[in-house]
Amino acid sequence: MPHIALPEGLPGIRGPMAFRPETATPLNEIVDILLRGPHSLTPGERELIATVVSAENDCRYCQTIHGAIAAHHLDGNEALVRLVKVDREHAPISDKLKALLTIAAHTARSGRDVTTDDIAAARAAGATDLEIHDAVLIAAVFCMCNRYVDGLATWMPDDPDFYRTRAKMIAEHGYTASTVAQPRVATGTQGAGR
Amino acid sequence: MAFRPETAKPINELANILLFEPNSLSRGERELIATHVSCANECLFCQTIHGAYAAHFLGDEALVLQAKVDPEAANLSPKLKALLNIAGKVARSGRDVTADDIARARAEGSTDIEIHDTVLIAALFCLCNRYVDGLATEMPESLDYFRERVPVMAAQGYQMPPAPAVTS
Repeated sequence: MPHIALPEGLPGIRGPMAFRPETATPLNEIVDILLRGPHSLTPGERELIATVVSAENDCRYCQTIHGAIAAHHLDGNEALVRLVKVDREHAPISDKLKALLTIAAHTARSGRDVTTDDIAAARAAGATDLEIHDAVLIAAVFCMCNRYVDGLATWMPDDPDFYRTRAKMIAEHGYTASTVAQPRVATGTQGAGR
Repeated sequence: MAFRPETAKPINELANILLFEPNSLSRGERELIATHVSCANECLFCQTIHGAYAAHFLGDEALVLQAKVDPEAANLSPKLKALLNIAGKVARSGRDVTADDIARARAEGSTDIEIHDTVLIAALFCLCNRYVDGLATEMPESLDYFRERVPVMAAQGYQMPPAPAVTS
């Protein structure tokens, strides 16, 4: 059960976003700019950064939905997303993305854990200053979102198809449309977000 | 923030709504939550500037220093202590916030929106602290930088454009 009286039937971050729409607007905007705005990193690569950070923070809702969105962008390759979460060094992704994921994972622990060696490795693999900036900021934003979702003990559905359907919707319409009322889901377990 | 103004805008808007706009928690109380979390995350820049804002609104620097490290012993309301306890848990992990933490805050008179805002302020500063430290930003050497920022923020909130680089 969520810690406060959130609107029912809205999973994960969408419950508190509906509870306090004023703060939902800038939250959605920053996520939309970072994950879907024009960029030298693909949306799939950026969703992988969000997914890895959410996994580091053990946030089940965020790693599930952003993992589904990443897979959607990566030709439906859910196995790749799972591999990147648990063993990214052996995943078939670019060296540049591996280096950016290392920066993101270190940011998730603490900003102070990002070393000059981490940055040098990313530069050597071809990362630009903007890509390094955005890897840090995506990681930082998900350290916020993960805590927002789990700190209020939000509810989440169990059905993987829910996330696949929602991923397609977000990939096509973006995050800023996501506070618009959506059909409520009938499946799921109260408290499963914990 | 000056490097990437597109992303600075929603971060400033969020900070302004949570810390500056009218709320049943005072500006000083909310800045204290931000300061406590920044201290837990060992972010020197954020705990210094938000500590200065908190001291401005509360009129008591010593109280801010104590609230950073030992809020339970500080001269604060039982409600704010309960909210700072929640914020400190959020700084570690959202999953560390327990039903007992929430029950304590409710017993001391906290509303749902105050609990919500405490969690989101703490989460926002987990963002800001990592953004500042993850890029190894420069910390102004002079405390004058922070003192000069206080009246500007107190008058205008967080909607203003990023400050120019410090030269002194």
